[in-house]
Amino acid sequence: MNTLFYIASALAIIATAKTVSSKNAIHALLYLIVSLLAISVIFFIMGAPFAAALEIIIYAGSIMVLFVFVIMMLNLGSAGVRKEDGLFGRHIWVGPSIISIALFLEMLYILIHQSGAPVLMKEVDPATVGKLLFSKYILVVELGAFLLISGIIGAYHIGQKDKVIHHRFLQNENNNS
Amino acid sequence: MEQGLLLAAVLFCIGLGGVLLRRDIIFMLLSIEVMLNAAGLAFIVAGAKWGQADGQVMFIFILTMAAAEVSVGLALIIQMFMKFKSIDTDVASTMNG
Repeated sequence: MNTLFYIASALAIIATAKTVSSKNAIHALLYLIVSLLAISVIFFIMGAPFAAALEIIIYAGSIMVLFVFVIMMLNLGSAGVRKEDGLFGRHIWVGPSIISIALFLEMLYILIHQSGAPVLMKEVDPATVGKLLFSKYILVVELGAFLLISGIIGAYHIGQKDKVIHHRFLQNENNNS
Repeated sequence: MEQGLLLAAVLFCIGLGGVLLRRDIIFMLLSIEVMLNAAGLAFIVAGAKWGQADGQVMFIFILTMAAAEVSVGLALIIQMFMKFKSIDTDVASTMNG
């Protein structure tokens, strides 16, 4: 089981280094998603399957979609001018694919040899996490709800465009103040 | 245990280097994500070491915080792009009080 951990962590480090060092934002996002997958495999090995699922669903799912959305919205630099056939060139997807295939093979190995390969440490199942989350840490859960609602409102407020005032009277008032 | 914490430290340092070295603000935000993720990994490793669920609970809170932070950060990036027509942080180096 240690070997699997070392392979997954090496892949995570490689993918993260490629994330930080790559020039194109979309390439960096692909590598970051792969790095999140690798860390999720590490969580699985560590005996935290719930955290592994959350890592995939929330990080690689929703947060990365936000990033892709913003990058496509900004439409940076020469990205709009570039030919579309160049978008699916081999150099873009080969690196992330190799790393994710290696991770997939690891996952298959874990699933097939489930009985023979003990997890690295004691497994903590989702039910325990849920009980602890909604008994001891209930106050922090509510604070998290505050944080999320203020995040939504803040993002809406910051992200809106400047208002264009068409009315003559309002325009004057805007200039005076 | 030690290997897991070491991995978390390495990932955190890569993210820190990214924040310090890159000038593109999207990459800085991505590096912050990497650092948050490394912190979550450290929590999970410590929780697994003691066999307690607290580590995973903390990971869920880090996840919540990362989601809120990313939404506000990306809105700020859009605002910055509308104002400066660029996402280079060197462009936004002056204050306007």
